[in-house]
Amino acid sequence: MELVSPGIGLIFWMTLAFLAVLFILGKYAWKPIMKALKEREMSISDALNAAELAKEEMKMLQFSNEKLMKEARNERDILLAETRKIKDSILEEARLKANEEANRIINSAKESIHFEKMAAMTELKNQLADLSLEIAKKILQKELSDPQKQETYVKELLADVKFN
Amino acid sequence: MHGRRNLVKYLFIAFFFLSYQLVFPKVQEGTNLIPTDTANEKQRENKTAGSSKFDAGKMILEHVTDTHDWHIFTLGTTNITIPLPVIFIYDGQIYSFWSSKFHNSSHAYKGFSIAEEGPGKGKIVKLKTDKMGGTNPAVYDFSITKTVFAILFSSIVLIIIFMTVANAYRSNKGQAPKGLQNAMEPLILFVRDDVAKSSIGEKRYEKYVPYLLTIFFFILFNNLIGIIPIFPGGANVTGNIAVTGVMAACTLIITTFSGNRHYWVDIINTPGVPWWLKIPVPLMPVVELLSVLTKPFVLMIRLFANMLAGHIVVLSFISIIFIFGAMAASLGYGVSIVSLLFMVFMDLLEVLIALIQAYVFTLLSALYFGLASAEPEHHKQ
Repeated sequence: MELVSPGIGLIFWMTLAFLAVLFILGKYAWKPIMKALKEREMSISDALNAAELAKEEMKMLQFSNEKLMKEARNERDILLAETRKIKDSILEEARLKANEEANRIINSAKESIHFEKMAAMTELKNQLADLSLEIAKKILQKELSDPQKQETYVKELLADVKFN
Repeated sequence: MHGRRNLVKYLFIAFFFLSYQLVFPKVQEGTNLIPTDTANEKQRENKTAGSSKFDAGKMILEHVTDTHDWHIFTLGTTNITIPLPVIFIYDGQIYSFWSSKFHNSSHAYKGFSIAEEGPGKGKIVKLKTDKMGGTNPAVYDFSITKTVFAILFSSIVLIIIFMTVANAYRSNKGQAPKGLQNAMEPLILFVRDDVAKSSIGEKRYEKYVPYLLTIFFFILFNNLIGIIPIFPGGANVTGNIAVTGVMAACTLIITTFSGNRHYWVDIINTPGVPWWLKIPVPLMPVVELLSVLTKPFVLMIRLFANMLAGHIVVLSFISIIFIFGAMAASLGYGVSIVSLLFMVFMDLLEVLIALIQAYVFTLLSALYFGLASAEPEHHKQ
């Protein structure tokens, strides 16, 4: 029976001690502990959120970087292609010009050759005329006495003279 | 409206305590009736005659019940005890002295003595005076007994530990917990998240957390200190019905005060039962009201019985050694090995039970708070 008969003194002290513990711990322990735990949980979740955000941002940045790179590459390709085209056109033009120049030079050369030839021919003819005159003079001086001979000789001479 | 509801709650709690007095009416009377000189004399004779004989039942009961001094060990025939203050009110007068004052040849001091037999055993009684006839007035004993001392000791330990932990939280703000703080944090979080939050609900759990944490650690610390067999420990605190009763009463009071309209309506007009169980004989309301009382009552009995049983079993294993030792010394030594193994096993089991019982008491309290404060839409599934 004594096991299940609570003494009034024990109930009194237990109530007193328990309420005191409840009050003291409630005020000076549980309150700051709960507050600190909550704050820490908040800060942890905040930090996690921030990390997630940073990750997202990084992804965005990486994406935009890639895009930029791609654009740059494209631009480079376009530039290269253009340059190649310009180079080709310049080369083509130069070739045409050179051709033209060459043709012109050749033509002028041909012309001058032609003129030179003509001049040479004229001179040759003149010289030839001079020479013929000389010869004729000589023949005339030498062979003019004998008309027969004269004639044959002229014929001979004339036969020798061949124009080329 | 609010005031009236509170008044109803006060009456309700008063009813609970009155009913408790009705259940154990003999307790108070026992204190007054038994103390007579002849009875004491007889007990003393018995004691001197059988002092050498080992009485396991008596030893165990002496260890698990409350005493006025703290028995450390017995050397030969002298009991080595720590005296504790005796404070009581008798006939409108306050008496206070050390319990060591009882250690004299007559085992009495100022006409008072500690009853050694009968239902009031261990209580302070007035020896028969030369006053004429009638029964003596009641002795209102407010002594710092073994259990009270253990409660005060564990309270101080609790306060010191959790003040230290709270300081650690303050000085260690936002950092990872360490040391004592790290040891206590899982338990605190367990009570907060798995007990309070899950049984009361996300919205209202916060105001109950301090109480739940306090009962959890109060029970846990007292249970654990009770397992330690040397001086500041070893007292059967949570295996004392007054201690568990006070905590159960606190739970009842908080449950009653956090009961919302829905809770009371459900008690008066229980939903989901046929009308003839409520009218004309209000069978269900009576059953429901009884269940409100039985819930904390069961809390009280469960903790009390579990811890008491644990202490009794451990003490029984110790007793076995002496019982066999009394038959033959060698038998005692032989049995002691087996007994020790069982004791170690029981003590380990007690550590587990200490945790489980603290958890169960806290969880059930939280469940009652949750039921009392639940919103209707949450309650009906």
